[in-house]
Parts: sequence; C-alpha cells; structure tokens
Amino acid sequence: MSDDIWVLGTHMTKFGRYKDQDLIDLGATAAMGALADGGVHIDDVGIFGCGNLNQSNAGVGQRILKQIGQTGIPVYNVANACATGATAFRTAYLAIKAGECDMGLAVGVEQMGKQGLLGAANRAKRDEKVFEPNGRYGGVLQTEGVLGTGLMPGVFAQAGMEYAYENDGVGFEQFAKVAQKNHAHSVLNPLAHYQKEFSLEEVMGAEMISYPNTLMMCCPTTDGAAAAVLVSGERLRTLSAEQQRRAVKISASVLNSDPWTPSSQVQPDVNTLTRQAADRAYELAGVSPKDLDLVELHDCFATAELIHYDNLSLCERGGAGEWIDKRGPWRDGEIPVNVSGGLLSKGHPLGATGIANIYEVTTHLRGEAGDRQIPDAKVGLTHVIGLGSACAIHILERSGR
Amino acid sequence: MASQIPVVDYLVLDAEPHLVVNACVACGARFFDRRNACASCAGTEFRREPLGRSGKVRSFTIVHRAAPGVPTPYVSALVDLDGGMTVKSNIVNTDPTPEKVRLGMPVRLTTFVVDSDSRGVECVAFGFEPAN
Repeated sequence: MSDDIWVLGTHMTKFGRYKDQDLIDLGATAAMGALADGGVHIDDVGIFGCGNLNQSNAGVGQRILKQIGQTGIPVYNVANACATGATAFRTAYLAIKAGECDMGLAVGVEQMGKQGLLGAANRAKRDEKVFEPNGRYGGVLQTEGVLGTGLMPGVFAQAGMEYAYENDGVGFEQFAKVAQKNHAHSVLNPLAHYQKEFSLEEVMGAEMISYPNTLMMCCPTTDGAAAAVLVSGERLRTLSAEQQRRAVKISASVLNSDPWTPSSQVQPDVNTLTRQAADRAYELAGVSPKDLDLVELHDCFATAELIHYDNLSLCERGGAGEWIDKRGPWRDGEIPVNVSGGLLSKGHPLGATGIANIYEVTTHLRGEAGDRQIPDAKVGLTHVIGLGSACAIHILERSGR
Repeated sequence: MASQIPVVDYLVLDAEPHLVVNACVACGARFFDRRNACASCAGTEFRREPLGRSGKVRSFTIVHRAAPGVPTPYVSALVDLDGGMTVKSNIVNTDPTPEKVRLGMPVRLTTFVVDSDSRGVECVAFGFEPAN
C-alpha cells in the first residue's frame, strides 16, 4: 500500500447546462463533494491541480479556493485540451509521488453553454481585402472548408474513416452502433446530460453533421465539474478502516503527447499516442486488457470510440467493427465500455471529462454505482484524448477489502 | 489574366500546379509548414521537394454542418499522394455523397479560384477530383 497512490474521495456534478451557477460554483461543488466523500478537510490537502480550458488564464483554481478555503497551498491551473482534467489529476498524483505532500485535490470544470461546433476559427471582416501570405503555411484566407475541414466532427469522422479504409467490416452502421450503445447506457446514469435511448435507425437517420457522424454520434457541449482527492499509501494507512476500504488504487497514471508520424501534419494522429500510452499503462499496472471489468474512453464522436477499441487493445487488431457487431463493449458484453453513457450522452465539459471518467470507474470499483453497477468490478481503465495531442490513461483497482 | 496567389505557400502555381514540402535533409521527413527543426529527428537542414499530382483517397468526411459562411455539403479528404505524403483538401467535381466518394478512390490534383481581393488578385486553391 505504501508506494501506491489512491483515490480517497471523488464527486461529480450532474452534467448539463447551468444558467444559475458559474464556473466557480460548479468547481467548488465538485471539490467540496470529493473532500466530503473522502472524509477529509481542505486543511488536509497539500496541492491543488485545477483543470479548465476556456477560462484557463483566469486563475480558476485560486478562485475556487477563495470559496472553499484559502489554505495557501500551491495551485496548478492546467490546460491540456480535452485531457485537461486528467492532467490536473496527474499533477496532484505527481506531487504526492514526489513526496511534496501526502494528499492532493484535483478538480476539472468547464462551462460551455450551447457553444456549437468546436474548432471554428473566426477571422475579423475588413472592408479592404488584400491577399497576403500569413502564418506557417503562408495562408491568404481562412482555409476551413476550402482545404478540407479542421472542425471536430469532421476530424474525428476522418479518423474513423481512415480505420474503415485499413480494416474490413467497418462502416457507417458500425459507427452508429457505438452511439446506440452509449445512449442506451445513459438511461441508467442520472448524472448524464441526456438519458434517452435511440434505435439504430434513429441514430443513422438523425441529422448528418459530418459523415458518418450524425447528430446522435456527436457529443453535446455541456457544463459540469468533477473532482478527486488523492492520497499516499502511507497517509491512507493512518485513516479509518472505512476510508481504506473505499479507497481505489491508481495502478497506472500515464500522460504522453503525439510522437511524429508521417500523416499527422494534416490530420492529428490519435492512434499512435493512445496505443503507446495504453501499452505503458498495462505494463505499469501489470494488467492485461482481458482483466478490465470496465473502460471509460474518449467517445467525443462515435467514430473515435470505435478506433479506440483497437488502440486500447480491447479487441483483436483490426477487429473493432466485428467487436461492436457482437456487442463486445455493451454493459453485458466482454468488456463494458462507457457504461456512464460516455461523452455522447453524459456530455463533454472539456476540463471536467478527464476526472469524471475517474469518478465513474471509482464508483463501480467501490460497488456504489447503483442501477448501472457493473457486478463485482475489480479493475477499470480511463482514457482521454486532447487533440493536438495529449493522451491520458489511468488504470484503477479496488482495494483488497 | 488577373494576377494570382496560391491559397497556401505549399501550392506552386505553374504550368503543372503541384504541392511542395520542406524535406529534412537528414531523415527525409516531409512538412508543409515552415520549420524551426525536424519533428522526426530534430535536424535543421531542409530542402524543397515537389510532390506527386495524383493519389488515392485514404479517408474522407462529408461536411453538412460547417463553420459560418462555408457552403455545404462538401467533402473533406485525406489523400495519399503517389510518391509519398498525405495531404488534406476537398474532393471536388463530383457529388458529395458516399456513393460517389469512396475510400481508395484514385484522384488527381486540380486548382480553382476561391476569391479575389480588392486589387483583383485571385486566390487559387487546390482540390482533388476523381481520376477516372
């Protein structure tokens, strides 16, 4: 126990749209919830990692402490695209690992509202228009829609279609089945933004956003927060039997960035870094994919989830289409994936996502997930991708009890 | 003829319009953007290399909901060029449907005028059209 680092407490707000609460309200709610869940006080905490993307220059962590207790501890405000929350979590993890303190708080929070398509660049309109090369590519005008798309639904559609090109048995229907599954799972999760089941026909017949991703295959923009309290094994031993029983071991914590690959200049390669991070995490934890009782992975779009079955080695190499066809990732399948409803239904508050998935897996490992509990869950994996790119993977295991 | 400017500096407008890259002298890695150093080997010496004008569709998406002001639907694709290098652009001169645009489809480079500025200078972009 002594060398390991543990999740002592965790909490997430319901994901949705909050008109009457601001970013700080949401973050403070998650932080206080995680402290209470862990049975500890803000005075016990020696480091605070705060993940937020859209207001990352605004001292969000300090502003949260001003609401919940200004104890003078170091705050690390982190931004790392959609891996922001997981990076905040890992910041606290690293401080404990380094021996700077024995307890840390990580919060991920985002308020997005109805933001619409992400990645759309705005360029100011001018009366006088003069074409002049600008930037690293010598561009003379906005190239979105002229030289392909860089918007998220299209980027991840292209990532999925690339997999379809290289592997048999993958097409629109297989991608749609991913969304059908996650929306079906969401019905059991009261914290999900949307909790509505759709038939495969409804998923495929919904408004086409960026083929093959229909509206039901794109995650919504959402407000929400999630938090975790991390503790060293040594400190955990001094806590109560109940705290020790509910603590969940962090068997692997991995963060990487995208290594150079030839095609990655025109389309971010979300595969290579995920595969490398996963291999490293399995090695660190001494766990194989077959040992996993549940996985929360980064389904920002249905096309993304399908390729990560392969990247995380949940299915045979090249076999992601076949795996969804035989219901491998359903909650009663071989390895349940995104039983929370995933980003597709739960929502994707960018900074919160990488801790919300740790909340989900922790809750199952403790046997406290209610109607959506995966029976006797012992080992789980969380995965997020921040485009550009960052990949974070955590493997969590329940305590011996 | 009005004067023309390429939409990006890796498009060369000559008798046979084509794309160029900055290739690392040490390891051969190729880049469309201007470089501080090589992402593959950290080398700092580069040379310009022309790319092939034909290739195959490696991946595509048909964009129906787009950024404001962008006409839809249109096809965005990744094209594997003959002779190496993958490039992103639109697939043009065919219907934007999954029936007409197919994975592995042979395509060739074409150019077209996107817009002109206050001086009458035309901005020329590239795309790929079905080769058959």
